[in-house]
Amino acid sequence: MTAPGAVGRSAALPVPYRVAARAAGAPGTATIVLEPVRSALPPFTPGQFAMVYAFGVGDIPLSVSGIDGDRLTHTVRSVGPVSAALHGLEAGATVGVRGPFGTDWGLPAAAGRDLLVVAGGIGLAPLRPLVRAALAAPGEYGRLNVLIGSRTPQDLLYAQETRAWAPRARVLVTVDRPDGRWRGEVGVVTALLDRAGFDPGTAAAFVCGPEPMIRATAAELVRLGADPGRIMVSLERTMHCATGHCGHCQLGPLLLCRDGPVVSWTTAEPLLLVREL
Amino acid sequence: MTTSQHGFLGALPPAHRDRLAEFAHEVEIPAGARIFEEGGAADRFWIIRSGGAALDVHVPGRPPPVVETLGEGDLLGWSWLFEPYRWHLGAQARGRLRAAEFDAGRVRTACGQDPAFGLAVTGAVAAVIARRLKATRTRLLDLYAPPGAGAGGGDG
Repeated sequence: MTAPGAVGRSAALPVPYRVAARAAGAPGTATIVLEPVRSALPPFTPGQFAMVYAFGVGDIPLSVSGIDGDRLTHTVRSVGPVSAALHGLEAGATVGVRGPFGTDWGLPAAAGRDLLVVAGGIGLAPLRPLVRAALAAPGEYGRLNVLIGSRTPQDLLYAQETRAWAPRARVLVTVDRPDGRWRGEVGVVTALLDRAGFDPGTAAAFVCGPEPMIRATAAELVRLGADPGRIMVSLERTMHCATGHCGHCQLGPLLLCRDGPVVSWTTAEPLLLVREL
Repeated sequence: MTTSQHGFLGALPPAHRDRLAEFAHEVEIPAGARIFEEGGAADRFWIIRSGGAALDVHVPGRPPPVVETLGEGDLLGWSWLFEPYRWHLGAQARGRLRAAEFDAGRVRTACGQDPAFGLAVTGAVAAVIARRLKATRTRLLDLYAPPGAGAGGGDG
């Protein structure tokens, strides 16, 4: 919980952004680069999210998957009407954007520590700016490990870019369902933890993906000796207002749009073990 | 590796680890070699020093799909500990594999003669089985598939 959410006028009113570029990625997934039509929103930090509005359809929360000055990058998977509309946008289209919202990964607090990034599926998207920030600050952090789990080789996000991280980071990738050409690892992403190079006792971990994967990863890290307070996880609940008013994203005492999406495992663990009524 | 103690051997108390090591010798398996076949006699097992192995399942009419890969520090093979001592998967070396190879019959005999050692070895193997079972169940959930998107996907 290291960054304040949006306040004031920008929190409620969408600001027009133009699609500067669009790249199709994994099946059903596209990465869009947005630039402000006029004034830009306040700066985003890795882990925060925006409410992106497809005009006439609706808006959804999208974590930033890239930050480049006033330009925001989002990676969207088409799973519903709004995300399908955003996924289908072409360069030149206009969307409304609110934000920045939520807490960030708190990367600066991990200075001097080994970094462990664990991503499952599209959970790599919110972690991508964190990895980029760490790579851009050589010497600031210890060893950088990026562990990526994917359903199939075709579903891997940013495959070319993640390969390019390899000389400066230990990048390990595993898939659940290999095809005949896959020569990499097969299995759950937690199985990669033993093959990474980090000091569990002092490392800072950043985990994003499906909730059962987050729980399994955090539990394994704690078993290895990690401090739950240094395991940061990004949680997902239905978000509507993103300003902490509507309550749709409530998780126990938290409103995840405001108090999340990034929280420490110390905070998240007891909440995720509560069975829903 | 995070530390060597997190591999299979790390689950054993040092005295039992040393005892187990008495049954091992180092082997090198060339890339692509079949290490064991599904249904074959499980008379050996390995702890991987370097390289990796792919576990696969026989499916008639097509190449055996890989269901899991193992790497440094991992136990390769546990069917040797339980009757009928037959491999329930196949295994192939991925790249050149260096491993400590154990004579399963001798280890089983030692486990029977020394209950404390046997309990330690059985417990360590059971922990491996438990982790793989848990991983398999997790994968059954098909967690990464849409619409179970992470924070980047939203719900709309």
